[in-house]
Amino acid sequence: MDALRQRLAAVATLDAAALEAEEVAVLGRKQGELTRQLKEVASLPLEEKRVRGAELNILKTDFEAAFSARRRSLAETAAAAAGRDTDLTMPGRRAWSGSRHPVTIVIDDIVAIFREIGFSVALGPEIENDERNFTALNFPPDHPALDMHDTLFLEPVSGAEGSERLLMRTHTSPVQIRVMREGPPPFRVVIPGVAYRNDPFDASHAPAFSQIEGLAVDEGISFVDLKATLTHFAERFLGGSVKVRFRPSFFPFTEPSAEMDVSCAICGGKGCGACKGTGWMEILGCGMVHERVLQNCGIDPERFTGFAFGMGPQRMAMVRYGIPDIRLLYGGDMRFLAQFGAVRK
Amino acid sequence: MNVSRQWVEAFLRQRLDSGEMAARLAMLGAPVDAIEPVGADLSGFVVGLVTAAKPHPNADKLRVTTVDDGSGTLHNVVCGAPNVVAGGKYPFARLGTKMPSGIMIERRKLRGEYSEGMLCSARELDLGDEHDGLLVLETDAAPGTSIPSVLDGSDERLVVDVTPNRGDLLGHKGIARELAASYGVPFRLPEIPGEAAIDLPLPTRFGDEAPVGGVRIAIDDRTGCGRLLAAVIRGVKIGPSPEWLQRRLRAVGLRSINNVVDATNYVMYELNQPLHAYDAATLKGPAIVVRAGRSGERITTLDGTDRPIPEGTLVIADAERVIGIAGVMGGRDTEVSLATTAIVLECAWFDPARVRRGRRAVDLSTDASHRFERGVDRWGAVDAFRRCIRLIVTLAGGALDGPAVDCFPAPMHPPRIFLRPSRVTQVLGVDLSWAEIERQLVAMGATVVSKPDDGRIAVDVPGWRPDITSEIDLIEEVVRLYGYDRIPAEMRAFRPGRRIDDPAWGAAQRIRAELTGRGLAEVITLPMVASGGAGAPRLLNPLSADHQRLRDALIPSLVAQVEANWAMHTADVRLFEIGTTFNLDDRAREPGEAMHAAFAVSGARHPAHWTDTSKAPLWDAWDARALFGDLVELAQPGAAIQVAADGWVAVLPGGRLVGRCHRLQSDAPPWAPPVFGGEIEIAPRNVSLPRFSPLPIFPAVVRDLALLVGTDQPVDAVIGLVEERGRRHALESVAVLDEYRGKELPDGKRSVTVRLVFRSADRTLTDAEVDQAVGRLRTSLERERDVVVRTT
Repeated sequence: MDALRQRLAAVATLDAAALEAEEVAVLGRKQGELTRQLKEVASLPLEEKRVRGAELNILKTDFEAAFSARRRSLAETAAAAAGRDTDLTMPGRRAWSGSRHPVTIVIDDIVAIFREIGFSVALGPEIENDERNFTALNFPPDHPALDMHDTLFLEPVSGAEGSERLLMRTHTSPVQIRVMREGPPPFRVVIPGVAYRNDPFDASHAPAFSQIEGLAVDEGISFVDLKATLTHFAERFLGGSVKVRFRPSFFPFTEPSAEMDVSCAICGGKGCGACKGTGWMEILGCGMVHERVLQNCGIDPERFTGFAFGMGPQRMAMVRYGIPDIRLLYGGDMRFLAQFGAVRK
Repeated sequence: MNVSRQWVEAFLRQRLDSGEMAARLAMLGAPVDAIEPVGADLSGFVVGLVTAAKPHPNADKLRVTTVDDGSGTLHNVVCGAPNVVAGGKYPFARLGTKMPSGIMIERRKLRGEYSEGMLCSARELDLGDEHDGLLVLETDAAPGTSIPSVLDGSDERLVVDVTPNRGDLLGHKGIARELAASYGVPFRLPEIPGEAAIDLPLPTRFGDEAPVGGVRIAIDDRTGCGRLLAAVIRGVKIGPSPEWLQRRLRAVGLRSINNVVDATNYVMYELNQPLHAYDAATLKGPAIVVRAGRSGERITTLDGTDRPIPEGTLVIADAERVIGIAGVMGGRDTEVSLATTAIVLECAWFDPARVRRGRRAVDLSTDASHRFERGVDRWGAVDAFRRCIRLIVTLAGGALDGPAVDCFPAPMHPPRIFLRPSRVTQVLGVDLSWAEIERQLVAMGATVVSKPDDGRIAVDVPGWRPDITSEIDLIEEVVRLYGYDRIPAEMRAFRPGRRIDDPAWGAAQRIRAELTGRGLAEVITLPMVASGGAGAPRLLNPLSADHQRLRDALIPSLVAQVEANWAMHTADVRLFEIGTTFNLDDRAREPGEAMHAAFAVSGARHPAHWTDTSKAPLWDAWDARALFGDLVELAQPGAAIQVAADGWVAVLPGGRLVGRCHRLQSDAPPWAPPVFGGEIEIAPRNVSLPRFSPLPIFPAVVRDLALLVGTDQPVDAVIGLVEERGRRHALESVAVLDEYRGKELPDGKRSVTVRLVFRSADRTLTDAEVDQAVGRLRTSLERERDVVVRTT
């Protein structure tokens, strides 16, 4: 059998005539050496038969492959000699390349960064009620803060009069309420999802858009943790050289509230049209979870504190990729989508 | 909120740089959206010096003037204004200037005399209603100087984005307070130029009713109106406002109306207190009453619109009718006019929620309602009211008819809140000294009353901050004024969350990876559609009929995107979407929602290559079938795929249909290849781990069989039988190699070639064994499926 193995190794060096002869000598039905040895197996004792039979069968397959490969190689050499040279600058054979949506790429990148630091992904329904979308989040009734949440309501179901009014969630924040009501802290979640506003569909607005929120609640969480976590996020998402600042702001469900700005990606902080000359771009809203929100979820705000944040992947994708019109993000033009594949050509 | 830089400068008594103001305001929580030069639209106008004015030879009322506009050329200008005199300076529009009305100034002949430009009145420049003559410029500026620099002294307007909790920043005093704290300088009210020396005692306190100057003042709706101040001023002379006041109003974007109305607007923009002046002679009763609107009442508001008053809306009424929508807008019938000689000045605190409901009910948002909704200073109202009286008497003359009154039915003090420094540390994560905390509280205008033994700080909240009602509000103020940038961003130890990722997230990610790997491109379409299936829920208040329902499936949106690609002459389209669909089934009381994945493919199965001898094959039903099969395995592993009329469906063991795959109907151009698609509901589940099975060590034996299968006989029943029976005979796998239909075959039969692979885990199979197994399978097929094996 060792002799056969040596002959197998030598197949790659044979010329056309020798190849033909060797094929008959090894695999030939009558005088083939391997064929002969395979026939002999039948007479071996049972245990030996099993082992040897398997080995020979593998060897047989290998010989077949080796003869075929050598034949192909000789044919190519012959073709080259005949002057039909292969032009290796001709393009290769491709398959279609798929692509994630640019907004998905942004969401995936954000989620990946937060998962590294102990956050997990939470999801929730897009049809919500007033209580979780507004009341539990400390929106007082008849408050001007509601102006920023132009709400789409669902038509009441006939026969279900008197049941609660349903709406399309205006932000992903009701999922925070659901998470906090499901179990005791610590919580560390990121919440990607779609939110709805009764906005016109134009170059910078869409009536449904992606949002991604985060929530961390535990003992001992402070404004320092908020700043550290979100600064880390900005540096990972935008690169370590990005500058970050936090400005006071207002959201009913956080206090203190802040906006996080990052140095403008277009001008690097010198001031340009994109950042209205300020050198800064608003990237997310955040704040310490309002103590009334914690109370509304049955969490003792004297013991537990937390922070929350939210951002808009659509706008981030537009800045990141230089997309001028939000409506492009809702279209299916292959020429647009192909620009965001891992393989883009 | 439009903020005038010069107005703030008047508070701080110092020059300010608008860019720096904006930077500081941003860090205090009031970002500036824009900085605009005031009067930018008048930049084309210049100071014109009239060097000569003589009568027009052909018209009594016209004059022919010579105007020096600083260009070195004197212009012949025909002018109809009575007040033009030689030596006077007036705004001058050169040839080619576009007027605010849109008219272009051109050279033209007026009764035989050429006019090369125009001298302008205030109204022509859109600066006010004054149209009796030219706007007289009392200035030392040389002819040719631009008008904005003369009129406004190059003021700038900062457009400040005020958050809904900071009503106090809707007055210049509030902005000045923030900036004074930031710059570390004092601030006080600007002086009123030429202020009249009048004796103005504090208004007399009353309950819910008071008489003043013969007018009955009353609060009938005490929940809607917490305080109502009123004064009667007789002997006023209504006229234009002085230039300084017009300039202030212009800077914030308001038009000058007359001296009394301008005075109320000035105080509103200075102290965030809207006020209203009524013509006293028009009031029935005479009375001013705050009450709830009654059914059937109407009012014609100042903007000339006749409006029904929804019942319960907070209104101002006289003895007979509604004269104003409280906190929103006054009525035309009681408006101050040039004929007015006596006014009633009203200054109130209205309930923010009532004002909001009222302005929404009448669909009218105003400067006043914007402020009342955000909360004005219930205690500061007295100062604002007295300042407005002083201003009116200074500008329009007149005198108070009796002492002003102050109806304050339920007097109260601003709240006192206790702040624990330990809580400050808990929330902010840094230790701030008591002195530091106190410094910031004082800067916001609070009074630190005492420090009791229990370690708390008692704080009296200023009246202009109705948003501050609890300890956490004070903590926010402390850190806001201390500076968010001074809190360190140091990563501290944390406990990771205990929740696992939502299983639906993982399922969606696995499907997305699979489909992108197959060369499909992900889309995100709007979840709202124009029409949908019977179960697509309807929205109550859609902005557009195109978005009036929630989608109940993804496929129609994908088809629309395929069609959009065709419109761009793209034939090779491969799309998928993962998103929420909604469904309202007949019995449900509320709509349900589910995450779906769907795909649509059309065109070439792979990109063309130069070695191809024919055109690249098109995606067909079998591609879709396989893609769908994999999708079902990823999304609904428990579902079975069944044949349906037009394709395949995925059905759960209970019978519920969770997916379908078929050729898609579309609005296709003639050249378009067919579109195939599938959609599946994604079961939220975690990935099931594969179980390793040992790799075979013995060789396989392969047999290809040609089976005569009925043309209407499902092949999966044939293969199913082979698989089941073959299990006993070391059958490893069965695969369909090809199908052949031809005339030489028996009627109603087709030939299906299948490849059987036999392999034993513990020995090499012999040909005899395999022949025997094939023989048994052949018998089973003939007996149980009426399938004849043609060849082996």
